[in-house]
Amino acid sequence: MTAKTIVEKIWDQHVVRSAEGEPDLLYVDLHLVHEVTSPQAFDGIRQAGRTVRRPDLTLATMDHNVPTDPRQVRGELPLQDELSVAQMEALRRNCEEFGIRLFQMGSRNQGIVHIIGPELGLTQPGAVIVCGDSHTATHGAFGSLAFGIGTSEVEHVLATQTLPQRLPRSLAIEVAGPLPAGTTAKDLILHILSVIGVDGGVGHVIEYRGEAIRDLSMEGRMTICNMSIEGGARAGLIAPDETTFAYLKDRPYAPKGDDWDAAVEAWRGLVTDEGASFDRTVHITAADVAPTVTWGTTPAQSVRIHERVPTLDDAPDEGTARQWQRAFDYMGLQGGEAFGDLHLDKVFIGSCTNGRIEDLRAVAEVVQGQRVADGIQAMVVPGSGLVKAAAEAEGIAEVLIEAGFDWREPGCSMCLGMNPDQLAPGERAASTSNRNFEGRQGFKGRTHLVSPAMAAAAAITGRIVDVREHLPSV
Amino acid sequence: MQPVSAIRGRACPIDSNDVDTDQIIPKQYLKRVERTGFGPFAFAEWRYLDDGSPNPDFAMNRPEHAGANVLVAGRNFGCGSSREHAPWALEDAGFQAIVAPSFADIFRTNCGKVGVVCVALDDEVVQRLFDLIAADPGVEVTVDLEAQRVHAPAVSELEGVDVTFDIDPHTRHCLLNGLDDIGMTLEHEDAITTYEATRPSYTPLVPTP
Ligand code: SF4
Repeated sequence: MTAKTIVEKIWDQHVVRSAEGEPDLLYVDLHLVHEVTSPQAFDGIRQAGRTVRRPDLTLATMDHNVPTDPRQVRGELPLQDELSVAQMEALRRNCEEFGIRLFQMGSRNQGIVHIIGPELGLTQPGAVIVCGDSHTATHGAFGSLAFGIGTSEVEHVLATQTLPQRLPRSLAIEVAGPLPAGTTAKDLILHILSVIGVDGGVGHVIEYRGEAIRDLSMEGRMTICNMSIEGGARAGLIAPDETTFAYLKDRPYAPKGDDWDAAVEAWRGLVTDEGASFDRTVHITAADVAPTVTWGTTPAQSVRIHERVPTLDDAPDEGTARQWQRAFDYMGLQGGEAFGDLHLDKVFIGSCTNGRIEDLRAVAEVVQGQRVADGIQAMVVPGSGLVKAAAEAEGIAEVLIEAGFDWREPGCSMCLGMNPDQLAPGERAASTSNRNFEGRQGFKGRTHLVSPAMAAAAAITGRIVDVREHLPSV
Repeated sequence: MQPVSAIRGRACPIDSNDVDTDQIIPKQYLKRVERTGFGPFAFAEWRYLDDGSPNPDFAMNRPEHAGANVLVAGRNFGCGSSREHAPWALEDAGFQAIVAPSFADIFRTNCGKVGVVCVALDDEVVQRLFDLIAADPGVEVTVDLEAQRVHAPAVSELEGVDVTFDIDPHTRHCLLNGLDDIGMTLEHEDAITTYEATRPSYTPLVPTP
């Protein structure tokens, strides 16, 4: 038998049809749907007189443009944005017409699409998972092959439960050694991106490997895989292991009884065989990782917190220097600044990268007994209704509210600012989300991507500082 | 989708690397439930000034690039969000082909579905196209999908471009023939049904309403 990578094993198990010169037809185990990228796909289905082939393998939620103001979610204040309301209403009608399970605004299971799949136990090792959203790679943390698709492909999956695909190239990212104390999965992935660049993974699926990866919790692994797309990769995944199985066991929709045993036995085979080859391998030393912060307008433009914003003299070539100048202009920087000298306006904690319960625990640990600095607006948006409920039950919400954080309802919120949660022009924010693109969090808004612990330290000091100096335990 | 034939016309230069889909179509324009009408919002935050008037410095607004149907761009064009609204907006704004050193995967796939041809050429060839367009904004660029060739004539002492390009054969076939690949997949419905019978019982199942 030839040695295979995990991706090749999953691929082989999902090929419905393969023919010379054509892409393979790949079966999709789970299709996640949200309100922004689906209305045109459902229209296409209707216009062609087709139907949804497998509503039982399809799950819909509202996340991108739901408001997160509790009064609006409870119906005490009206929803203001008619277009968002129309989009949510279209999803509701489409799900009703085609018999698809939908978690609507205000329902306990509602949340960001990449948070609810795992927490409900629907995201499983070995599965092919797609969603009309580029951060679908999040689900790869479980050893599934999960990738983002466009609206035409959403329509294709709705109609056929398959997608024509070619096997992507493979990229191994080997992270040697353990992560230093006080650093997190977010710091590691930002560091990886600074090494491979925003297009380093184009055309590839990444398999993250090595000690620092194995040591991560499921939530940390999701943070890593989530940002694979920020390196241009189609998907990112991690071999499932005992950590994965322990996380999934007894989740609402995880397999039960004999099915569970059969599943775990099959999942144990999802490892890259000794001798299987990758198209490329990148080596990362975990000891190099420190709390990391982006200074520019791509997620790869970052430095370690003790370093300064680079200057144009540091740029490797003229093209890069031009790109940096553009980023400096947009971010209101000259180059060479220390982060502690920058004035902050907002702190955003949430998103599919860092909106899970462990992220909120990390925030609470830093802010416990302290106050949000004067002049800082700090917002915490749980990734889902279940995360919110857990944080309230554990007393985390109370710690945060007492410290002066704004405690919101679940959704994507200021990660992309499709709802009213936005940066105003010129405002500077420390954010736990995944994209610092121009205008991403609001027109002319300035985003510095950081870990939840770093965002917490930023909220209480009003500056982007090294969280290790604010953590008693480190 | 309409069959794509040879695309010939003026080109519009966007000489930046890593142009993400948040720039191509900012999120405030993603709220429409239709597939059409996104053209006016393409590159909105670069294309319009704060008062909503056209930014005279942005390439798409310059009279010499009016009516361009080929977009020439930098490396890793279309990175970031999977929003198909990006190719919808570019197509609606009149672009039938995009030439760049490289493209983000999802964006390139989306373009194939929408009928916009993505052509990846060597850095130095794309640079030559930028130089030719700068020297003569009216230079006619041809993207011939059938022959897999890009052509632009010499401009004074600048050498022209005449190169072949690679494209996924399936995408090319669908583009040239205007094929709906859902229809093609549904011809293999038997294979899908046969496959479904082999799926293990522990695979994810969503309780339908
Ligand atoms: S949280 Fe942000 S990145 Fe994640 S799905 Fe929502 S908008 Fe996209």
